[in-house]
Amino acid sequence: MTAVLEVEALDAGYGPVPVLRDVAFSVPAGTVAAVLGANGAGKTTLLRTLSGLLRPTGGRIRYAGEDLRGVRVEHLVRRGLAHVPEGRGVVTELTVAENLRLGGLWRRDRADARRARDEVYALFPALADRRDHLGHQLSGGERQMLAIGRALIARPRLLLLDEPSLGLAPRVTAQIMALLRRLCDEQGLTVLLVEQNVRTALAVADQGIVMSLGRVVTAAPAARLRDDDRLRHAYLGF
Amino acid sequence: MTTTRTEPVPPSALRRLLPGAPAGGGPRSATLLRHLAVAVLAGTLVVLLTNQLPPYQNLQVARVCAFLCVTAGYTVLVGLNGQLSLGHGALMATGAYTVALVQQGLDDRAVRGWWILPGSLLAAVAVTALGGLVVGLAAARLRGPYLAGVTLAVATLVPAVTTIFTGVFNGEQGLRFPAQNPPAALGAYFQPERWLAWIALAAALLTIVLLANLVRSRFGRSLRAVRDDEVAARLAGIPVARTQVLAFVVSAACAGLGGGVYAVLTATVAPGKFPLDLSLFLLMAIVIGGLGSLAGAVWGALLLVALQDLPGLLTDRLDLPAALAQRLEGNLALAVFGLILIVVMLAAPGGLQAGVRALATRLRATVRRAPDR
Amino acid sequence: MERFWFLTFDGLAAGAVYAAFALALVLIWRAARVVNFAQGAMAVATAYVGYAVAGATGSYWLGLAAAVLSGLALGALVERVLMRFVGTAGPLNQVIVALGLVLLIQAVLGMVFGNGYRPAATPFDTDALTVGGVAALSPYDLWVLGAALAVVVLLALLFTRTPVGLRMRAAAFAPEVSRLLGVSVGRMLTLGWALAAGVGALAGMLVVPTGLGLHPHAMDLVFVVAFTAAVVGGLDSPVGAVVGGLLVGLILSYVTGYLGPDTTPLAVLVLLLAVLLVRPGGLFSAARARHV
Repeated sequence: MTAVLEVEALDAGYGPVPVLRDVAFSVPAGTVAAVLGANGAGKTTLLRTLSGLLRPTGGRIRYAGEDLRGVRVEHLVRRGLAHVPEGRGVVTELTVAENLRLGGLWRRDRADARRARDEVYALFPALADRRDHLGHQLSGGERQMLAIGRALIARPRLLLLDEPSLGLAPRVTAQIMALLRRLCDEQGLTVLLVEQNVRTALAVADQGIVMSLGRVVTAAPAARLRDDDRLRHAYLGF
Repeated sequence: MTTTRTEPVPPSALRRLLPGAPAGGGPRSATLLRHLAVAVLAGTLVVLLTNQLPPYQNLQVARVCAFLCVTAGYTVLVGLNGQLSLGHGALMATGAYTVALVQQGLDDRAVRGWWILPGSLLAAVAVTALGGLVVGLAAARLRGPYLAGVTLAVATLVPAVTTIFTGVFNGEQGLRFPAQNPPAALGAYFQPERWLAWIALAAALLTIVLLANLVRSRFGRSLRAVRDDEVAARLAGIPVARTQVLAFVVSAACAGLGGGVYAVLTATVAPGKFPLDLSLFLLMAIVIGGLGSLAGAVWGALLLVALQDLPGLLTDRLDLPAALAQRLEGNLALAVFGLILIVVMLAAPGGLQAGVRALATRLRATVRRAPDR
Repeated sequence: MERFWFLTFDGLAAGAVYAAFALALVLIWRAARVVNFAQGAMAVATAYVGYAVAGATGSYWLGLAAAVLSGLALGALVERVLMRFVGTAGPLNQVIVALGLVLLIQAVLGMVFGNGYRPAATPFDTDALTVGGVAALSPYDLWVLGAALAVVVLLALLFTRTPVGLRMRAAAFAPEVSRLLGVSVGRMLTLGWALAAGVGALAGMLVVPTGLGLHPHAMDLVFVVAFTAAVVGGLDSPVGAVVGGLLVGLILSYVTGYLGPDTTPLAVLVLLLAVLLVRPGGLFSAARARHV
């Protein structure tokens, strides 16, 4: 299996403050990788660096075999890299329909963008019912569905998801995780998932990448992280 | 472009913040003395200078001093308190008209006396401070562009007031009042312009010393705290609204004094002297001088007078055709002002005074290193 | 009563221009959180271009097109060359740069064209038509009203019905998310400035002949009135800007008509202060303190 995402010796930070140090891992196509770690480990910073919102100070990011250096943020989605940021993914001043339209505006294939939108409505019927509601009228769970659904309209190859379970009912979380799994298995989507909820994440993921203080302390098959008590205790605290 | 300047904390300020430091009059009266000493020194130098200067140059010195009253108070409001007022031209006009009305009224009743000048200036300060209180009360509820917009409206619309109440302000014509003559004690042949320069100088020194102490005081720290973070200031127990209103009142009073002195220099006032552009010039002056810096206000006042005279000199020298010269006159200064304002804001938000300070630091470092060699 | 109707129609015609101008202010405010204090000066500059072209070609319509096109270009230029680099250090810096631009533009106009008043031709008659014995609107007023309303409607359609409008709204509300969704936020900002300046240019062309004529300061008062209109409606609300513009136009028309033209400027100030102190969020947004 070829790797969709390869990260080598990545350094990044805010101004003079380094956050990520020498981060390296790779994510094979069609798999789910979960980035785990305590608050402040640099998980969100990692995603922001991968999608170009933050400029790396060193190292390399290779996506689908290409170096991402110098590629502008707004062009990444055209290459199939979609990022659902933490908590704030929905444009709250726009309606559900407008948010979804926004997700497919760049697509040349209008018919497929419409088809993708209808698929999202089918996946999340709650959104279909609230089509004309503004973003800020939605519940937390509906917002998360909208943000993920909007990313899917791009028909991405690589989906970066920041805390999708935040504020969601366990049942909805399970639903979303199952959906991700299915998209990976059936359509070859690759997912890089940042999660606080370690159990949920490891249940769906193929690979666990454990971060601490801006470094990758271990990257191992999810099954090993689930089953190896020593690793779990040392890095994940349960 | 958005460099945040981290100014080194002067040791005296640190000492005051440290627990157990003498909190009483000690350091504060020392500061007062230092400011007074600097003021006396500067005042003496300017007085000596005015003794050497011909009338027109003395009038320029007087204009610099009148503007200094305004720019000093203005830079405290904008630079230290973060309230952008565009109405300081109108506040100057308020002071100027107050002086004119008071002096004219007293002259009509044949009242004479040395106290008329300081009295009318005091009235100007009081009336403008009151005006500042009204605008300040409104301003304390407004932020950023809203405050700028309201004060811009004030500056744009003030000339209209003089035409509405023509009976009082005599419309476009404006008011005249008796010119200020030097006291007899100075001799019969004392240059009147020199006397005017002294009056303006006294007003400017008074303003600067008072403001310098204010800036160093607890109130000065409150001003900065409110500018930097209103919420944090409120949490620290600083009455945010009161601080903002007070800053506006102080700044307005200074503008009133400056406007009053400005009127005294020509013994006339007219709405045409206080157009919207004046407010923009004042802003330019303090921005170029360096926002929030009293020394910068001095640079700004100097620039205001220098740049107003520069284009005239330029067009005279270049021997341009009359029509072109007439179009360039005035407009050239405006264009230069505008351009400088933009360039300074984009390239050097610290203004002239930041440059001077950097230069001084480097010089001091060089001097200090010299003995080692 | 006749006078009342006359003043009402007159106020609506003037208000339509204020509405367009206020809308231009709101456009930039929403896109960049900047009140463009140079809007008036920019509109005057483009009006000079417009009337110069109109004079040279003899066609008002060519002049109008030239004014609007130069407005679009000037707006884009100001954003690309200046505003983009002022940074977000504070709203003060942007306001100060805009004011520097005011000085610069007005001075350059004065140097090139002189400070005097220049006549501005109108494409239609400015004498009021009488309808049923009541002096109502002049043909020119009708053109002003129609043109301003057309701009408002076109802008509304652009923002709500077109992809580029959706992009612009998204870029204004959530720049980072928009970039992740493939929207060039920088380009949308330039476009917003260009559109606003284009609308401003049109408003300038419309209003100049109704005032004293064309001179570098022709829009100073119009800017203040339009700012008042925008504040009345709430700076965030395009609908508010339009209603605010018409409202302010009406109020000023009545004040001018019944109390005399000298009191008009004072009325603007009173109105502005009253709205800001009583309902600081404007009539069309939830009232809250104006923290910027």
